[in-house]
Amino acid sequence: MTTTLSIQDLHVAIGKGARSANVLRGVSLELRPGEVRGLVGESGAGKSMLGRAVLGLLPANATIAAGRIAFEGRDLIAMPEPERRSLFGRRIALIPQDPMTSLNPVKRVGAQIAMLLRHHLGLSKRDALARAAELLSEVAIRDPRRVLGLYPHEISGGMRQRVLIAMAFACDPSLVIADEPTTALDVTVQRQVLQLVERLRQRHGAAVLFVTHDLGVVAKICRTMTVLHAGRVLEEGETADVLAKPRHPYTRALLAATPRADRPAEALRPVPPALIDSLWAEAHRLDRLSAMASS
Amino acid sequence: MTDILLRTGSLSFAYPERTGLFRRKALRDVVKRVDLAVPRGSVLGLVGESGSGKTTLGRLLVRLLKPTSGGIQFDGVEIGGISEAEMRPLRARIQMIFQDPQSSLNPRLRLGVTLTRPLKVYGHIRGRRDQRDRAAALLDLVGLPTAFVDRYPHELSGGQRQRAGIARALALEPDFIVADEIVSGLDVSTQAHILLLLRELRARLGLTLVFISHDLSVVRVLCDDVAILHRGEVVEYGPVARIFSAPRDDYTRQLLSAIPLPDVEPGWLDDSSPFVPPQQQGSAA
Repeated sequence: MTTTLSIQDLHVAIGKGARSANVLRGVSLELRPGEVRGLVGESGAGKSMLGRAVLGLLPANATIAAGRIAFEGRDLIAMPEPERRSLFGRRIALIPQDPMTSLNPVKRVGAQIAMLLRHHLGLSKRDALARAAELLSEVAIRDPRRVLGLYPHEISGGMRQRVLIAMAFACDPSLVIADEPTTALDVTVQRQVLQLVERLRQRHGAAVLFVTHDLGVVAKICRTMTVLHAGRVLEEGETADVLAKPRHPYTRALLAATPRADRPAEALRPVPPALIDSLWAEAHRLDRLSAMASS
Repeated sequence: MTDILLRTGSLSFAYPERTGLFRRKALRDVVKRVDLAVPRGSVLGLVGESGSGKTTLGRLLVRLLKPTSGGIQFDGVEIGGISEAEMRPLRARIQMIFQDPQSSLNPRLRLGVTLTRPLKVYGHIRGRRDQRDRAAALLDLVGLPTAFVDRYPHELSGGQRQRAGIARALALEPDFIVADEIVSGLDVSTQAHILLLLRELRARLGLTLVFISHDLSVVRVLCDDVAILHRGEVVEYGPVARIFSAPRDDYTRQLLSAIPLPDVEPGWLDDSSPFVPPQQQGSAA
């Protein structure tokens, strides 16, 4: 079986020339079919940037300086634009972070899902709406016919996120990039959404790259995980192993700094600033090395 | 008898709202008959999900809102119904820290000015030299370099901005502070530093705090008592250890079991995994 996603030594920089800043410094990771991998890091780690690189959604001033991204064995970076476009939304889908801004506010929910289905699968308007209703009931929305006729502002944040999940799985993707999809949600809703992602993943057999800062979420939904800091992979492996026996000091520090509802306050240990400083120093040393090598 | 700094009795708040076919005026109850008693020097956690009324309750406690009914006693004085003018002398003793330091610090003012603005309003500043010294002392109190008096908010990281927000709240040496979701936007590594800072300040300055959060794990780190809010009502209220070890209310149990702990736990994603009290989950601490 081929790997679904293979990223090798990916370097991404923002800006040009002397003013450029590296955001990914040689990231490698693999996803096998059906695998859910957590991509964990704090703000500025480059985790969202990695997801966007796979989706071809890097900001205009970002460049892929080196490396390879292959989807089911095909090179995504070298692929001609029309071919890439036919993959995105269909074979590779995104569950975005912000359910508030990711739907078109002036179009009914049904019309937005139907548009996707008509574009990618060539369904008729009528079939598309019928399929849209099925998709909404798949994400446990009661009375899907009624919801199809509503505007995004008329439904709750949790329900909007379910609509976006339904859209992500609409065309049977083999890879889903979930970019912090539960960060804006209440814990009880978060749990329902995680349950839903897992159920749909099983049904559609998709691999999921789950971008998050929450080690708890990773523990519950990801079988494997990659810890990112300053655009570098610091640790990766089976989630159970990494959480039980973290090898990298940063992973250990993150775990110790995560407040736990099942432990008294004394257990909390903040991440030592010296550790963060030394990680950044190492990242900048690598930057200087690669600048010397390329000049 | 313990010394209660803040007490509420059947505290309620309703927003006027126009609803229905004829847009008739109706009242929408947001906070319903809340009874709290916060001992001096303690930290009370107010926990609830979005729409639970926790922020509205917090704003009532510092009298940014006037209750629709019920009372608030601050240090023995009834403040629920008093006018803004009568409230003014007490304002210095009651402070609030806001969720988003990005939008609650004036972007055009240097920190030295922002931090000492409360002191200036109350006429406690003697000249520019004094202003700088006071600002530097406040920065030092929250663990920021004193050189930050000349910095603007955008030059700070999220955690540093939140420290500045705390410093401003401390300027008038208040007895009572309401902190509304002040660590929710922060990274784990920064969040732990802020929580420990609050714990230290509380011990050093004898502060009484109401800490509003949607996150029960964070509340456990800092609070002595917890009140769980659901649809404007306090559904459970008690010492932090008891709420976490033996929650009585169904909603509290639901909240606790929905928290994803960083342990691999097969079956957590199944639809109806029952609540297990945390100590029995077998995670060796």
